[in-house]
Amino acid sequence: MSTPMSASVEAETVTVPSRPATGFWRRALRHRSFVVGGTLSLMVLCAAVLSLVWTPWSAYEIDVTAKLRPPSAAHWLGTDVLGRDIVSLLLVGARSTIMVGVIAVSIGLTFGVCLGLIASARKGWTEELIMRMSDFTFAFPAVLSAIMLAAVAGPGMVTSIVAIGIFQIPTLVRLTRGSANAIWAREFVLAARASGKGGFRITIEHVLPNVLPILIVQATIQFALAILAEAALSYLGLGTQPPQPSWGRMLNDAQTLLFQSPMLAVYPGAAIAVAVLGLNLLGDGLRDLLDPRLARER
Amino acid sequence: MSVSANAPLIEVRDLAVRLNTSRGPAQAVRGVSFSLKRGETLGLVGESGCGKSVTALALMGLLPDSAVVGGSIRLDGSELVGLSDANYCKLRGNRISMIFQEPMTALNPMHTIGRQVAEPLRRHTNCSAGEARNEAIALLDRVGLPDAAKRIDAYPHQFSGGQRQRITIAMALACQPDVLIADEPTTALDVTIQGQILDLIADLVAERGMSMILISHDLGVIAENVQRMMVMYGGTVVESGATNAVFTRMGHPYTQGLFRARPRLGARKGTRLQTIAGTVPELADLPAGCTFADRCTIVEDRCRTALPAVVEVGGGHGVRCVRTDVSMAETIGAVGT
Repeated sequence: MSTPMSASVEAETVTVPSRPATGFWRRALRHRSFVVGGTLSLMVLCAAVLSLVWTPWSAYEIDVTAKLRPPSAAHWLGTDVLGRDIVSLLLVGARSTIMVGVIAVSIGLTFGVCLGLIASARKGWTEELIMRMSDFTFAFPAVLSAIMLAAVAGPGMVTSIVAIGIFQIPTLVRLTRGSANAIWAREFVLAARASGKGGFRITIEHVLPNVLPILIVQATIQFALAILAEAALSYLGLGTQPPQPSWGRMLNDAQTLLFQSPMLAVYPGAAIAVAVLGLNLLGDGLRDLLDPRLARER
Repeated sequence: MSVSANAPLIEVRDLAVRLNTSRGPAQAVRGVSFSLKRGETLGLVGESGCGKSVTALALMGLLPDSAVVGGSIRLDGSELVGLSDANYCKLRGNRISMIFQEPMTALNPMHTIGRQVAEPLRRHTNCSAGEARNEAIALLDRVGLPDAAKRIDAYPHQFSGGQRQRITIAMALACQPDVLIADEPTTALDVTIQGQILDLIADLVAERGMSMILISHDLGVIAENVQRMMVMYGGTVVESGATNAVFTRMGHPYTQGLFRARPRLGARKGTRLQTIAGTVPELADLPAGCTFADRCTIVEDRCRTALPAVVEVGGGHGVRCVRTDVSMAETIGAVGT
C-alpha cells in the first residue's frame, strides 16, 4: 500500500476513496504499448476519416500515361499500374479495411462470445449442440462459404464482411467456452453460487470479466485475420469491388508486378502491418489496464 | 423462525449422494443423518475423499447436475432435496452460507472486495448501494480487517491469505445466515493465522446464534471448536456423538487410528508417526460390508458381509462397528492422556 502510515489517522472517517476509473487514463498514458498501439490505430482511423474530405488525387481517376511513376512531389508515393495515386488509394483503402475489420470482428465477437458463454454455463446437450455446430462451420473454408454466400447474395463488400464474420465465430466460440469453463471451475464461482447467484448473473458478473482480457487480445488478432481474409476475397473478386480501393486489393494487384515495382506491394503491406500492430499493442495494453492485478506494475 | 427453540433447524435423514465419475457411478455419501438446533455446532472429520465436502455441497445444493441426491434435508421443516435451483438461490447466502478452503481463489480477482461483500446484501435484501457499502465496511471491520473503510475498494490480490479468509467470512455472514458451513476454513492458512480465524468464526457463531457445520481433517480443530462431531469414512458416518464423549472414549477403530496417527510434542526422538495401514477405498468400488474392513486390525468375517449398524455406546454416542466390545475394551481418547 502506498500510504500505510497515514492510514490509521483517517480510519475514523468514512471517506469515499478515488474510484479506479479516474486513474484509468493516467495509468493508460503511462502504459507504453497502449500509447504506441493507440497512436498507430488512431493514425489509421484518421487516414480513413481524412479520405472522406480530402485526398491528394482522386482515388478513382485512371491516368494510364502516368502509370508506375516513382515517388515525386506530385505523387508522394508514386502511382500504380493504372496511374492512380498511391497515397490517395491508401487513404481511401483505410476506410474499407476498418469497416471490414470492425464489422466482421463485431459479428464474430457478438455471436462467438454469446454462444461460448451459453455453452459453458448450460453444459449438457446445449454445449454439445453449440460446439458441434461450431465444428461444422469451422470445417468449411472461409473462401468456400464466401463463394456460397456470394452466389446467393451477389459479390460485394457486405457479402465479404458477413462471410468473414461467420468465419470468425467458431474460433471465438471455442476460445470463450474454453476460458469460461476454466473460470467456472474456480472457487470464487462456487462462492458466488453459495451466496445465491444464478447462472446468468455469474456469467455476466464473474465469468465474462475474467475471460474479457483473453477475448480482447484475440479480437485484435481476429481483426488482422479479417483484413487478410478481405484481401484474399478481393483477389478472388468476391470482396471489395473495383473501383473501390482496399489495402487487400492493392496488395494483390501488386503481386503481378512484384519484380517490376516491388514498392507497390510494400506500401499496402506496410499499411496493413501498421494497422495490425497498432491493434495488437492496443489490445495488449487494454488487457493489462483492465486487469487489476497488473494495473499497478507499470 | 421455527416454532419452538427445540425444533431442529437443520435435519438430515439418510442423505445419499451418487456422483458420476469417469470411473463410473460412485456412492460418495450414504446413510448420513444428523440434526442441528439453532446455535449448535457440529464437526465433520475425516480424510480426503471421505464425503465431508460432498455432504456440505449437498446441503448447499451445489452438487453437479449429474449427482443423484437421496434422503431428506430439511431446513426449518421445509424440504431442500429436489428444490428448484431458483428457490435454492434464495436460500444460499441468505439462510445457509459457506466458507471455502482456499481464500486465494474464493474471491473474484476482477472485483473489489467491497463489491463482493456487499453483493449478497444487494441480492437478498432491499438495501441501496450506499447502505450495502456501509454494511460491508461494518462487516469487514467486524471480521478484523484493518482499515476496512479505506481498503474496501482494494482488490483481492492486495491482501494476505489470512485477510482474504476474513473477507470471505464477511461475505458469508453478510445476510446473517442461520447456518454456516465452514469447509476446512483454515487448511490453506499459516498455523499462527489458523487459531485467529477459528476464534473469529467461533465468536461470530456465538454472537449471532448461528448453527455451524465445521469440516476439517484435523482432530485438534474439531476438538476445540464444536459441540458435537461426526467421523466420516468412505462416505458413511462411522462415529458420532458429543465431542467430549467421543474424545473421552473413541469407539471406532478408524477414529482410534486417526487419533494415534496425530503427531505429538515431546515424543522421543526417532519415534515414527503411527499410520493406518492401507489406503482409502475407491468410492466407485466400495466393499459390501464395513468400508474400513480392509484396513481394520480387528476385522472379522461378518464385518465384510453387510454395512454394520450404528451401535449406541451411551449418551448419544454412536459407533458403526460390530466389534465395539473389543475396540472399546481399552480406553483410547484424549482425556487423561
